[in-house]
Amino acid sequence: MTRLRLYRFAVIAGAIALLEILCLARVIDPITMQAPHLVLRDFLRLLASGRMNAAIVKTMANTVLAFGLAAAAGLLLAVLLQRRRALRMTLDPLFATYYAVPVFAFYPFFIVVFGLGDLPQILIAFMLGVVAVIVNTLNGLDRVPAVLLKTARVLRLGPVETALRVTLPAAAPHIVGGLKLAVAYAFIGIIGSEFILSRGGIGYEINFAYNNFDNAVMYPLILLILLASVAFNSLLSRWERTLHARRGR
Amino acid sequence: MSAGAPASAQPPASAQPPASAEPSASAEPPVTAQASLRNVGKTFAASRERSALHALGPIDLDLKQGEFFAVVGPSGCGKSTLLEIIAGLTAATEGSVEFEGKPVRSDVPEGVGVVFQEDASFPWLTVEDNVAFGLRRTALSGGERERRVRDALGIVGLSDFAGSYPAQLSGGMRQRVCIARTLVTQPRLILLDEPFGALDQQTRLLMGDEVLRLWRETSATVFLITHALDEAAMLADRIGVMSARPGRLKDVVQTGWPRDRDSRVVERPEFGAITARLWHQLREESLKTLGRVDAAPSERSAAAVHVS
Repeated sequence: MTRLRLYRFAVIAGAIALLEILCLARVIDPITMQAPHLVLRDFLRLLASGRMNAAIVKTMANTVLAFGLAAAAGLLLAVLLQRRRALRMTLDPLFATYYAVPVFAFYPFFIVVFGLGDLPQILIAFMLGVVAVIVNTLNGLDRVPAVLLKTARVLRLGPVETALRVTLPAAAPHIVGGLKLAVAYAFIGIIGSEFILSRGGIGYEINFAYNNFDNAVMYPLILLILLASVAFNSLLSRWERTLHARRGR
Repeated sequence: MSAGAPASAQPPASAQPPASAEPSASAEPPVTAQASLRNVGKTFAASRERSALHALGPIDLDLKQGEFFAVVGPSGCGKSTLLEIIAGLTAATEGSVEFEGKPVRSDVPEGVGVVFQEDASFPWLTVEDNVAFGLRRTALSGGERERRVRDALGIVGLSDFAGSYPAQLSGGMRQRVCIARTLVTQPRLILLDEPFGALDQQTRLLMGDEVLRLWRETSATVFLITHALDEAAMLADRIGVMSARPGRLKDVVQTGWPRDRDSRVVERPEFGAITARLWHQLREESLKTLGRVDAAPSERSAAAVHVS
């Protein structure tokens, strides 16, 4: 395990070192990209200056909001759908083909309807994530052993308590898988729409810097997004590992 | 003739008073029906995949307050369905079920506890939390709750594992977690659906002793389903033998064991007689289940080969 971790670290460190060498040797021209150590320096400077704070807060808040909504709505809909067999059968094929739909295509329409604010962006991110939560949660709920549901009835739990205390915890390892996807989709949805059309946010700032050849801003912001996304994901992965470890898997 | 008259009058006169004057001194448990089944049956309605299936009944049965009743029967005879009907987990399609005088339909009445054959421990909770989960619907003070959980853990011998997760325990220990979770609710009727089916023979015998001890200490009524004739013969006051599907009660065997007993009753000569009687009743039904009416001793090996 530790050896695997070492290898993994070596791969990432090697890639960064290679990039550093290519930049220093001018194989990659500084107008295209700064050397990684300069990106890191600019990253720290940018954070220290505080001039990106508003953009960072906006993007992070919208991402967390979209993720939270997708998670809550996804869990609720999955629990309800699982109890309605006919509706479930009707919707299953739609879920299966859902990700063939390019959700971003609706972005202009949402702007027309809701205006150029945060709402269309949150909506896009929500739409990307919610179905992943539904599908994974349903998958987990289908696998809850019947004997646990019988136990809930013997202990005289109501439907809400059964869902919160028995079925959802039992399905948790599958649900975390859906939540991890929802985090990734929330970032993609928010940053993507900020790129396309927005009045602020990290995606907007990256696009702005790109148009102005401002590498000292563009690359640090890309690094910031990368770090935030990885951090969120590892948090969920850690939770996932705890769940599996408890169940002896 | 003159001597005959007082002699014939005396036995009822002398037999009656002790029976009615001091019923509590009797070794028998008080004969009040705690749960009663009248003409209970279950027919699964026809669906697109299969035709209607008469699974169970009609069954008439009174579970007496405080008794240990076991049910044996060939596989697929509806034993578990019977248990689920008594528990209120499944509604009977015919007849009626009462628990403490109130009708049971498709809700589990308060005072009924069930331990299933499959592992029903919650893998995301510690042993202690699993047991405390049984008290979710019971309004108790924190101290009382803690005390009950501690006692239940002590009874099933898991006090040292309170903080462990079920995955860290053996199958027998997990089953004991489920038993403890049932015990904390202090049920008046405990339904056991082959709770030791997945355990090895030695562990089963020992778990049997534990169940006997619990039964004595809690004075609850116990209804046990098992496929093991020796288990039924060892544990129960009465044993119901079920027929092949649709399951009916073919025979009820009284064991006559004292209330204070343990697995050593297997050493008694009556134990062999009871087991033999159970098997005598069950053999024919089991053969029916396998699709054979009966086989002469010489054909038996051929039948076995045929079936396998």
